Amino acid sequence: MAFFLEVLVGGLLAGTMYSLVALGFVLIYKASGVFNFAQGSMVFFAVLFFVGFIDLGVPFWVSLPITIVLMVVVGMVTERFVLRPLVSQSEETLLMATIGLAFVLEGVAQLAWGVEVRRLDIGIRDEPIGWVMDNAGVLVSQLDIVAAAVAASMVAALALLFSRTKVGRGLRAVADDHAAALSIGIPLKHIWALTWAAAGIVALVTGMLWGARSGVQFALIGIALKALPVLIIGGFTSVPGVIVAGLIVGASEKIAEVYLGPYVNGGIEGWLPYVMAVLFLLVRPEGLFGEKIIRRV
Amino acid sequence: MFYREAGQYFTSYAQDRQLLPLKQDRIGMAVLLVVAFAVIPYGANAYWLSAILIPWLILSLVALGQNILMGYAGQLSLGAAGFMAAGAFACYNLVLRVPGIPFLVAVLLSGLIAALIGIIFGLPSLRIRGLYLAVATLASQFFIVWALDKFGWFKNYDMSGVITTQQVVMFGYAVDTPQEKYLVVLAIVVALTLVAKNMARGRTGRAWRAVRDMDVAAEVMGLSLLRTKLQAFAISSFYCGVGGALFAFFYLQTVEPSAFNIDLSFRILFMVIIGGIGTIMGSFLGAGFILLMPVFLNVLFHAVFGQAIDATIISAVEQIIFGLLIIFFLIVEPLGLARLWQLTKERLRLWPFRH
Repeated sequence: MAFFLEVLVGGLLAGTMYSLVALGFVLIYKASGVFNFAQGSMVFFAVLFFVGFIDLGVPFWVSLPITIVLMVVVGMVTERFVLRPLVSQSEETLLMATIGLAFVLEGVAQLAWGVEVRRLDIGIRDEPIGWVMDNAGVLVSQLDIVAAAVAASMVAALALLFSRTKVGRGLRAVADDHAAALSIGIPLKHIWALTWAAAGIVALVTGMLWGARSGVQFALIGIALKALPVLIIGGFTSVPGVIVAGLIVGASEKIAEVYLGPYVNGGIEGWLPYVMAVLFLLVRPEGLFGEKIIRRV
Repeated sequence: MFYREAGQYFTSYAQDRQLLPLKQDRIGMAVLLVVAFAVIPYGANAYWLSAILIPWLILSLVALGQNILMGYAGQLSLGAAGFMAAGAFACYNLVLRVPGIPFLVAVLLSGLIAALIGIIFGLPSLRIRGLYLAVATLASQFFIVWALDKFGWFKNYDMSGVITTQQVVMFGYAVDTPQEKYLVVLAIVVALTLVAKNMARGRTGRAWRAVRDMDVAAEVMGLSLLRTKLQAFAISSFYCGVGGALFAFFYLQTVEPSAFNIDLSFRILFMVIIGGIGTIMGSFLGAGFILLMPVFLNVLFHAVFGQAIDATIISAVEQIIFGLLIIFFLIVEPLGLARLWQLTKERLRLWPFRH
């Protein structure tokens, strides 16, 4: 039982990471109706630049604002040169454009900093905390707790932003219909630049937490792809949904890997989230907390 | 002036609806086929045949499959490489385990196997569309490659995890020189392209386009969504599967499942976007473009910076250029290179006037 609990907790903690990436997706989807395939690449891009600056000898507290400014610039450039020309195009077109964006970001990051794995030390220890292990028999590190806390506070902040502020209302209007929002005077340009900048910062935070655990490397992008099934299960438009879904996906893939993996030579983690998402879609296409999809001719 | 339809009268429906109604198109196609079948095999050297032309033809076929699903039926899929893998390994196992099976039969059967798998993974498309479907198709991509990787049976329990394709024998004749391989691939690709063209312009294609433009409306008009969508998935996967089998037997020869990773799926997607969504010709143009681009960059970089240049830099630049091109085409010419060809024809017709 203790072992099961440990696997479960490990999975849940991995799940918070998926949730964090998925949060960036939801942020942009809610604000602009764009399914941002490049979120994973933004995570990689942000943290690679951050760690690159640190490796060059720039102090931590200087490279952090530099990277934030960089991500804001990336957000603004994306808005100006990718999204603005594609206003009111179909969702699929925008998705494909963000796939292109993902390629550009990955290429630029690699061109600037090379391909080797870099270590990131953000001063939070990633070792099991002694007393939790003694009392509950579960391995939890300081980093896990920080990650969970960061995820929780970002979710709270975003939920407030969307539901309680004027900007949030504008964001939701834009997501509903670009052209209609424009016509009633919502400043589309600013709103998009703002959300992309915010998503860039979310990406940086995610990347820092993730990089602190497993090093900053290209494989991050593949892991970040798993945020997609998380999104489907949670519903594209629901912030709490992706958190719950992230935890479900994280926990179930770890449990499946540990208990079923040995029978099929392992590697279940790689596809289980996607198959779960497909099965889930068959039952509940709008996700756990998503809005009901109604289509009319 | 150079490309006119004036003076060509159609006096029967059959004439009006023939494959290439215009005389100049018929002549052009005939010249193209003669060049492809009779001139290139003897004119091109072995490098061009086996490193450029063969993969180009095969990837065009796969892009055509992707285009059927994405461009004609409007179902965005990110899993083409998975179906290629299914076709490749199906073909390997058919040749290995069924004694005396003719190669062409094996290729067609592996296409059918890929089609079956495509139908299974296409089932979610009945309930979901757009972005959701795109993610759902990733399931097929990851699952198929994983299954081929983990279960030794598919690879005949080869310790290295890599299969080496068998010698291709057709009608008692071993196909092993680049010329012969090229001709076999070309024949299969031409035949399947003709089939695709006819499906696309006939009833099947009209049903696909109706579903693409508005599936609810298509259903209200009496089209069976179940049938049309699954048909698109099946046919698309068939093309990908046949393409995968040819890719394995005539191009890669030593095949590991991870050769058909998500990166290849993206490339195939890019071929369709850049070449032209919903056009047969676009699949060929896009495949050629995506395939030749890295070759061209490589040559260019070595010419400019000498031999010292790092391969990782080239691949990073290549990635950036691909990404930028995708964005560029989506914004400036969403119909891709095929549209540019149409515009050229338009120009030729009106020349020397502008409009």
